[in-house]
Amino acid sequence: MLKQIQLRVNGQEHRVSVDPETPLLFVLNEELGLRGPKFGCGMAQCGCCTVIVRGQAVRSCVTPVSAVGEREITTLEGIGTPEHPHPLQQAFIDEVAAQCGYCLSGVILTAKATLDANPRASDQELRDAMSGVMCRCFTHLRMMRAILRYAEANRQ
Amino acid sequence: MMQSRREFLKATGALVVSFNAASLTPLWVNAQGPFGTHPSHIDPDKLDSWLAISADGTITAYTGKCDFGQGIFTAQTQLVAEELCVPLSRVKLIQCDTDRTPDEGTTSGSQSTPTNFNDEGLALAAATARAALLSMASAKLGEPVEQLSAVDGLVTGRSGRSVKYEELVAKKRFNIQLNPNAKRKPVAQWKVLGQPVPSLDRTSLMTGRFEFVQSIRVPGMLHGRVVRPPAMGATLVRVDESSARGIPGLVKVVARKNFVGVVAESQQQAITAARRLAVQWNPGPELPAQSSFFDYLQKQSGEDFLSVDSGDVGAKLAAGGDVLRARYSYPYQMHGSIGPSCAVADVKESHATVWSATQSAYPTRSVLSKILGLPIDNVRVIFVRGSGCYGLNGADAVSFDAAVMSQAVGRPVRLQFSREDEMKWENLGAACVVEHRAALGSDGTVAAWDRENWIASLGFRSGYDRPGNVISGVLLGYEPEPLNRERASAPRGKLNNHGNAVPAYFAGCIGGNCQGGGTIRSERALTHTVPSPFFTGPLRSPARIQNTFANECFMDELCAKAKDDPLAFRLKHLQDPRLVGVLQAAARAANWETRPVKRVSSGRTGIASGRGLACVNYEGDNGYAALIAQVDVNLDTGVIRPSRYVAAVDCGPVSNPDGLRNQIEGGILQGMSRSLVEEVTWDNKSITSVDWSTYKTLYLDYEMPSIETVVINPKDGSALGAGELTITVTPAAIGNAVFDATGVRLRAVPFTRERMSAALQGREESAP
Repeated sequence: MLKQIQLRVNGQEHRVSVDPETPLLFVLNEELGLRGPKFGCGMAQCGCCTVIVRGQAVRSCVTPVSAVGEREITTLEGIGTPEHPHPLQQAFIDEVAAQCGYCLSGVILTAKATLDANPRASDQELRDAMSGVMCRCFTHLRMMRAILRYAEANRQ
Repeated sequence: MMQSRREFLKATGALVVSFNAASLTPLWVNAQGPFGTHPSHIDPDKLDSWLAISADGTITAYTGKCDFGQGIFTAQTQLVAEELCVPLSRVKLIQCDTDRTPDEGTTSGSQSTPTNFNDEGLALAAATARAALLSMASAKLGEPVEQLSAVDGLVTGRSGRSVKYEELVAKKRFNIQLNPNAKRKPVAQWKVLGQPVPSLDRTSLMTGRFEFVQSIRVPGMLHGRVVRPPAMGATLVRVDESSARGIPGLVKVVARKNFVGVVAESQQQAITAARRLAVQWNPGPELPAQSSFFDYLQKQSGEDFLSVDSGDVGAKLAAGGDVLRARYSYPYQMHGSIGPSCAVADVKESHATVWSATQSAYPTRSVLSKILGLPIDNVRVIFVRGSGCYGLNGADAVSFDAAVMSQAVGRPVRLQFSREDEMKWENLGAACVVEHRAALGSDGTVAAWDRENWIASLGFRSGYDRPGNVISGVLLGYEPEPLNRERASAPRGKLNNHGNAVPAYFAGCIGGNCQGGGTIRSERALTHTVPSPFFTGPLRSPARIQNTFANECFMDELCAKAKDDPLAFRLKHLQDPRLVGVLQAAARAANWETRPVKRVSSGRTGIASGRGLACVNYEGDNGYAALIAQVDVNLDTGVIRPSRYVAAVDCGPVSNPDGLRNQIEGGILQGMSRSLVEEVTWDNKSITSVDWSTYKTLYLDYEMPSIETVVINPKDGSALGAGELTITVTPAAIGNAVFDATGVRLRAVPFTRERMSAALQGREESAP
């Protein structure tokens, strides 16, 4: 039942041997050792496992690894490094927009995918995009402030 | 992967000569540990247990209080940097590891700041170290301590000669006891502490590098999955191991008493095996109906506690004539950690290491030793942050489960609960029902107030020896701690208001000694802790949020009856200057308009707006908060939408204003979610709120209110807890604002739109 699967993650090629039905999340965590995407619910209800696939924010906990194919997968660690964070990550750093930080893949990558697709997304459109994303520490105000700060800078 | 303290000290070149294997055995075998339990080999009375200075000048500090996202890592780093006069970057903080840090019990109950930021624990260690270093420098430089100044780890005398810390402690440990008289730096001289230092973990968090316990990987690690019973009290009949035979990667089916789990090579394989495994259970007892649960609770008997009783309340109320009565209810709620709990356990024949997000490293070590049958000194618990816990989530249970599985297979096991495992079996925030009776005197103030509450209880933290206080222990055959079925004895000695059962307005007189925050002298507060059908445990502001909701809303009812202004009415009944201080500060910031509470609905359709006030002296004296909420109520839909909050807090001298604000804001918004939507549900067999569609929470699209915060920040006095202040007052502030807007009194949390609509239509509320 194991199958060789080729994956492109954060600009690198990987070959893994897994059951093709395995959720992409487990492959990213267990086979590739990535820490960004996290298990939250396994039902696409919270956003912790979010990755970006071809510009779309995707819930990797309900995406079988075989469904991704050759498409590039980007995780939270793929958009920036501690030395060179992505400007959206920088906005979160500047706003100190986290408490425990477990939810950040969902928050940052969902906002990024939305603003990449539509840099002029209105506040309401951004809010709609975040409608399936949770933060149980309720750092909502700082997070939305960070997203709007980045969006604002992008529009100019 | 992780080093022992000894290896660490060696590896970093810390200047230690005598830290040999012998020192890993208890240094004070005849003594007891700080909590009357098995002693740690790390003696908390010795300075070297808390601080080490490396050859490169790095100061390594060891703390028993750990960070789950509340910011205590950064604040403790600031504390050490401040007391030792070094930049933040020079301090390396090691948190909660039973091989390396002193036993400070559990990181909980808003106790980290009181414990480690005043005159004991880490603060005392750092102050002792500074005094010791200055004294050593004095000897070395030949100048009196008063002529020395320490900057950036360099001690300089008036002569201009200087010496570095690392030169002073070269080739030896401090080898001194903590000095109980060591002087902390006065707040006025703080340079690092008290600053809004942004949390030190932020960059690694935002870029996905931070190591959570969920990301821990050790060589040879397998993956576990628990198979829980279908219901509370269900017992195992039979595990049909053949049902799982042939599943790829399955290593073992683990069954011990009523505990069942599977271990496999990968997480996916463990999930598949757990799903396929045929397990037969005896059904558990039928659960009490949720619809009449609070009536059920009030019929239970348990442990009674009388906080205060002036003895004359009954007579006064009987004489007073017009007695106001109300019953408030607060549901079971969940910690609902966004990441289900996770642990990695590596149990060998004689030793065990467990990476755990537990709040209680040492207690967990002790319980693990019991469960695994290993000597306590051979068990090591290493704290690694999990997702925010807000109290006792599944972190301890998952640590016990992972260890049992690892012992069964003889290899390291990583176990992460499923969403349902987490939600169905956690130690819930307790359901609570409160009954008030009170009367106003002829002067329009409260003449007598009687309040009685029933709070559900089963299990709690496992402490050092109670595995059965959480689900894993019960399944392994241990009993939860029984309730003492005792009648309340008369209050004696110090007023105990840890659960905030006593309203702030009570005089709190015991034997003529009045210790409460208020003026009401005809007073009684009685708590019945009664059996719960579900596990319960501390959830951010345990008992305090339930009691404060009831007390502060009822105070508002009395105020409305007196046709008084809610601020003025409260101030008439308060003596505690700090509580008065936060009330006045919040009112000033919110431009509070003095007027009575509105008592009639402003209209029948459209939006009605109102404002509500609530305050608390947290645990009696561990922090003070006042909150003003403005809400809009949609009279057509019943949707309550808070639009603005103004909070004022006084938690003593503030260690980190930015971290504090994050806690104040997060507390209000989490409190808002708990006020408006959060409620555990069940049927006759088991809990039915098992995911985010059945247990509601507010998502990021929720139209967030604005929050303004006033921080009192006194320059002296004790540093107090802050993480639970604002959440405690949020339900009451919203409830009082709803009443002001609509004339409808909501006495049951959560204030769902259904409940609000029903109340608006003049129907009886469902719960009370």
